[in-house]
Amino acid sequence: MHHRWQARCAGVILALLAGAAYPGSLRQLHAERSLYREVLVYENDGVRCMCFTRQCRIGRQSCMDVKHPDRIVMNYPQMMLASLYVNPSPRSVLIVGLGGGTIPRTLLQLLPDAHIDVVEIDPAVVKVAKKYFRFEDGARLRVFEMDGRVYVRRAIRERRKYDLIMLDAFDHEYIPEHLLTREFIAEVKSLLSPQGVLAANTFSSSRLYDHESVTYAAVFPHFFNLKRENRVIIASNGALPDAEQIRQRSEGLESAFARYGFKASAVLPLFSLEQDWDRDARQLTDQYSPANLLNTRE
Amino acid sequence: MQSLLCYVIAGWSGFFVMAVELLGGRLLAPTFGSSIYVWGAIITVFMLALSLGYLAGGRWSTHAPSVARLGAILIVAAATVLPLILFAEPMLDAVSIAVPDPRFGSLLGSAVLFFVPTFFSGMVSPYAVRLLVQDRSSSGRHAGQLYFVSTFGSAAGTLLTSFYLVLLMELNHILLALLTISGLIGATALLVGRTGDAGAGAAAATREAGAGQAPRAHMSGEVDDGRAGARNETGALHAP
Repeated sequence: MHHRWQARCAGVILALLAGAAYPGSLRQLHAERSLYREVLVYENDGVRCMCFTRQCRIGRQSCMDVKHPDRIVMNYPQMMLASLYVNPSPRSVLIVGLGGGTIPRTLLQLLPDAHIDVVEIDPAVVKVAKKYFRFEDGARLRVFEMDGRVYVRRAIRERRKYDLIMLDAFDHEYIPEHLLTREFIAEVKSLLSPQGVLAANTFSSSRLYDHESVTYAAVFPHFFNLKRENRVIIASNGALPDAEQIRQRSEGLESAFARYGFKASAVLPLFSLEQDWDRDARQLTDQYSPANLLNTRE
Repeated sequence: MQSLLCYVIAGWSGFFVMAVELLGGRLLAPTFGSSIYVWGAIITVFMLALSLGYLAGGRWSTHAPSVARLGAILIVAAATVLPLILFAEPMLDAVSIAVPDPRFGSLLGSAVLFFVPTFFSGMVSPYAVRLLVQDRSSSGRHAGQLYFVSTFGSAAGTLLTSFYLVLLMELNHILLALLTISGLIGATALLVGRTGDAGAGAAAATREAGAGQAPRAHMSGEVDDGRAGARNETGALHAP
């Protein structure tokens, strides 16, 4: 995730390290080798981050302000939460990819009636999220430790439906390629309720951008494309709301979002319908899915 | 010519096995995901099928071995990949419904898809050793060369598939290309084997029953046809 954060994060942290006003230093709280990767927890100046590489400054998965755990530290969860402007009151939510659990923790508070299912492939990530990032499962928040696609297929067979599905399973250096194919996105779409919304945290640079865009567009002809360091795609099973509706809904969430330390209106200008990619790029399918090879090419 | 073909077949078979194994991970991912145990299941099935294939190939090599039959093994191995192209998805879906546990589901799924072609591919190496080795003193060298060619082929198949082929072609098209190449090499072996038999002018069964005596003469005949690449064989063949 969050690899476009690189420059900014590195800059900020270096500035923090250098500045006399911020005498903090990077402290390692936890390190373990899981089945899939190394799961590390670092803390610096009251901000605790989960990383999957030793170079924590470039590849932060998830961060939490230890004194104000509600505050959303990173940029992309704010963009993901902006999917509530499209469907403000989902009753059932599916999140693929846990990380530190910022998004499920926030949604659980924002949506007091909603049931949230989280799928995370790596049991170590679930354990670390619980121990270091105040993540707790319960009656309204269930965690399934399995592959995201296996879960999606099973949920389709069980005829389950979700009002909001969030895909957040990408790492800055590795993409599970079977989660970035036209077939998978179509499976996710069939799991959405009639007005259900999909929010996907993906990439905004490298050659993969074009391929990813045409692949999503093959299933959702129109979607909102929010770009900062990361790219968040917000699509709907129903019709997309117009700019005025989105603005109104963001106003409705302004006070609720204040608790998490960001302004609902700040994300508003990012909502774009412009298709700024090469439409002739080859779609990614189960038959053709070299996402990681494409991601290494600028 | 015949020994060169043995090496080509062994090398290509190594390439083929690893390419199919790598693509196997892709085939299974939509149904079983890409968890570590999915790769564990695939590798287990390939190793198991290869090991049993070695046994079977060694056994079969004691009955009238010929380059033509080696080519036939290659063709059968390729043909058994065909169901993978045609039915992989419904087959895997059926398995995943019948066996919901993802570990044993992926184990059964890879067994159904990959066991048979990998078993036949495993038969190739020991069978080729039988065709190449003419006497005990050179047996280690020939086996070594064969392992080299076969494992080098595997390395090439792994690298080319994972670095380049998946970037260029769809999965089924790669499988089809592999099938075609296997078919062509296998057909060449069938042809060469047949004409070789005719040229030797002796019944294959009686000749091969001589446990290494008669085939030596047969092979040196081939070598004398003037293949520069076969000079190692020439040396071996004339050393009793």
